[in-house]
Amino acid sequence: MGLLSRKATCNSHGQDSSYFLGWQEYEKNPYDEVKNPRGIIQMGLAENQLSFDLLESWLAKNPDAAGFKRDGQSIFKELALFQDYHGLPAFKKALVDFMAEIRGNKVTFDPNRIVLTAGATSANETLMFCLAEQGDAFLLPTPYYPGFDRDLKWRTGVEIVPIECSSSNRFQITASALEEAYEQAQRKNLRVKGVLVTNPSNPLGTTMTRDELDLLVNFITDKEIHLISDEIYSGTVFSSPVFVSIVEVLKDRNLENTQVWERVHIVYSLSKDLGLPGFRVGAIYSNDPIVVAAATKMSSFGLVSSQTQYLLSAMLSDKKFTKEYIAKNHKRLRKRQSKLVAGLEKAGIGCLESNAGLFCWVDMRHLLSSDTFEAEMELWKRIVYDVKLNISPGSSCHCSEPGWFRVCFANMSEDTLTLAMQRLKSFVGSTASNDRSHQEMKNSRRKFRTKWVFRLSFQSFHDREQDER
Amino acid sequence: MLSSKASCISHGQDSSYFLGWQFYEKNPFDVVKNPAGIIQMGLAENQLSFDLVESWLRKTPDAMGLKNKEGESVFRDLALFQDYHGMPAFKNELVEYMAKIRGNKVKFDPKNLVLAAGATSANETLIFCLADPGEAILLPTPYYPGFDRDLRWRTGVEIVPIHCSSSNGFRISMHALEEAYERAQKLNLKVKGVLITNPSNPLGTTMTRDELQNLITFAIHKNIHLISDEVFSGTVFDSPCFISIIEAAMDSNLERNADVLSRIHIVYSLSKDLGLPGFRVGMIYSNNQTVVAAATKMSSFGLVSSQTQYLLSCMLANKKFTSKYMKENQRRLKKRKEMLVSGLKRSGINCLKSNAGLFCWVDMRHLLSSNTFEAETDLWKKILCEVRLNISPGSSCHCSEPGWFRVCFANMNQSTLEVALRRIKGFVERSRLNYQQNMGGFSRRLLSNWVRKLSSADHREEHER
Repeated sequence: MGLLSRKATCNSHGQDSSYFLGWQEYEKNPYDEVKNPRGIIQMGLAENQLSFDLLESWLAKNPDAAGFKRDGQSIFKELALFQDYHGLPAFKKALVDFMAEIRGNKVTFDPNRIVLTAGATSANETLMFCLAEQGDAFLLPTPYYPGFDRDLKWRTGVEIVPIECSSSNRFQITASALEEAYEQAQRKNLRVKGVLVTNPSNPLGTTMTRDELDLLVNFITDKEIHLISDEIYSGTVFSSPVFVSIVEVLKDRNLENTQVWERVHIVYSLSKDLGLPGFRVGAIYSNDPIVVAAATKMSSFGLVSSQTQYLLSAMLSDKKFTKEYIAKNHKRLRKRQSKLVAGLEKAGIGCLESNAGLFCWVDMRHLLSSDTFEAEMELWKRIVYDVKLNISPGSSCHCSEPGWFRVCFANMSEDTLTLAMQRLKSFVGSTASNDRSHQEMKNSRRKFRTKWVFRLSFQSFHDREQDER
Repeated sequence: MLSSKASCISHGQDSSYFLGWQFYEKNPFDVVKNPAGIIQMGLAENQLSFDLVESWLRKTPDAMGLKNKEGESVFRDLALFQDYHGMPAFKNELVEYMAKIRGNKVKFDPKNLVLAAGATSANETLIFCLADPGEAILLPTPYYPGFDRDLRWRTGVEIVPIHCSSSNGFRISMHALEEAYERAQKLNLKVKGVLITNPSNPLGTTMTRDELQNLITFAIHKNIHLISDEVFSGTVFDSPCFISIIEAAMDSNLERNADVLSRIHIVYSLSKDLGLPGFRVGMIYSNNQTVVAAATKMSSFGLVSSQTQYLLSCMLANKKFTSKYMKENQRRLKKRKEMLVSGLKRSGINCLKSNAGLFCWVDMRHLLSSNTFEAETDLWKKILCEVRLNISPGSSCHCSEPGWFRVCFANMNQSTLEVALRRIKGFVERSRLNYQQNMGGFSRRLLSNWVRKLSSADHREEHER
């Protein structure tokens, strides 16, 4: 296949991971309350579907924003022609104000330092192109968003070296884990250019503590490397502790306008907070003017539609709306997360305590047949095919311990979540009883066990075919 | 500390193409507020037919208001729609529109269409799919200056020019193709493909069937790809009729059709025909399934806003509108181009005969003080600073002969074009007068004064806001 590039023919787009395979299974047999009540419930998609009514109500009251009008006058021509990679000034202003509002106005952002991109996917890749060469590495704490394997590595040629985090301290980043990751990169002859963290974390749903943030600042200062803080979930922090952004820490430590200040870059997007992934609105914020300049030019490869910039600049400029939206959205997310946590608890399943995000980090270690990733895969397949819930196994997030799963709660109706919890409860119940009878059979004749095993697997095979559309 | 990509200048934005733009930004012409300002003639935008689009918008408010034909809100579905396969309805409309532009002589399959955030994104993505860093693509000169950035910057791929000359109307000859290929080999560059722009930017001409056949034969022979950037295909306003590369490839004279089709890739966009560069709608069309699959995944880095996909799928679904638009748009482009050509002719300036695009390829060789690129740059600066027109010098398009300029005609209203033509006429007359005076042995001092005045910074500052 010498005719195409290596990028086109290789697999480092990472799309053979279970993250995407589970998605495919769901696509073949999607749950529908009416049309397909026994289908697979999608719990692997971190979407926020809880607050559309608020957006739709705003749109209904402000038709000019979508109608290419400003003060009653048509500005269609102006928008149709607007392809300036510096972005629509009114939109950038509204966006930085919104970002500040999310951070309790404890920090302010300069619209001249923000670069618009077609989604955070584009923002993250662009930052890699700006900060690292092919063959360099970025350190990422595990578990991390599976999409990073593609977004950060595929076309850039940059490597990811994991910072292993563990459940022993709630998956927080430690100084030793950072050092260990750095040394591992060195052993692999990889030059480390920076650390990338997601805060609030995907898939953990937790916000970083001030200690962790201090640790990171110290580490990148010491190693003279960059820090990218992917804060796309910053607007989904629904309970305490309050969100502390990396810029707040730098400010509090009087590090503004120092060298380290210029090596911290934020990624943001409207896909999670506002629930608008289809509109492709992402952003890079940086205090390094060279990064801003280079990223701005690179944004040519993924500009935000001017039609969309205009609509959202009007929406985000409405401070009454943004205030109300942020508050109501938080409330709904909190309520929904509690429902998931309670439902899992009834099934005897615990979660990592979380205060943000659109998902929980669920502990199913006790349901594994053995403390291995093979067992995690088995469990995952059973949950997808038998329980018919598409959840994300920790291994797809590069978690170093088997048995953890990311389960989304904001991309479905409350009834659907209730049903999902019921299914899970039944499954756990039947697994437990199966385990008991399994134990008994072990003590009795082997023949029974063989028949039972055969029957179960035949049944699940049969079920799959029945449900495939 | 940063990558070499961030700190180097291979994003190509220090070329005069962008510098002229910057000058214009500081002192833009406005008929009321700044009548002595610089007229922008370096931007290939189509501003002639917005009224047609706006009229459709007024009649179809639901498309903007994110409502379907039944008046129900589709906001939620659109807000969530981030499928990199693109909106099916939109792709269906796009392939029909593309076929219509080609007189329905070819048919396209929506499954082979990959959406991207503009042709800028589409071109870069194709290069990522077809070539590795250090490999090369051949491009006929003159070519769009943006390619230096779009095709090379982040991909690490090289461009090797196929030199075309005015001796045959800048047509691509087999000889020029072979010569470029050999040059690449001497530079130890592995050639992965040829990229052509058809209709051509900056020439404004469509390729002949012979040129296309030559290219296809060459691509098969060298076992390389052929990318046809057809972003201007909807701007063909005169004969000869537009022949797409796909049409030429379907020619029954060619054997191994499937093989040929697997190495041909088209890039298209709605920025030029429909005049919607702000909406970022580009696409790749390919019969090569591996390319389609890889490009689809890569499009994650530059998806088209679902809000925009929806609006435009509604618009293109209206066949009455698209037929009327295509016809009227082409008529207006033709009329405007003829105005530019005749105006220039009155000033003794000729253009390459063209039938497409939003610009003319203008021959100012006779105005050069010498047949050099330095003289071309001098002339360009004079035109920018004294005549106050931002036009694009041929050197920025890698033209191998000095003295050619790309002059846009569709990004301004008629009276502005008239002002521009008057200014050119005045400039040419003054140049002729000064030449005659100089030749007539007029005092050196006056000549020096004139030269000094023209090139002085003061002159520029006077007009800067």
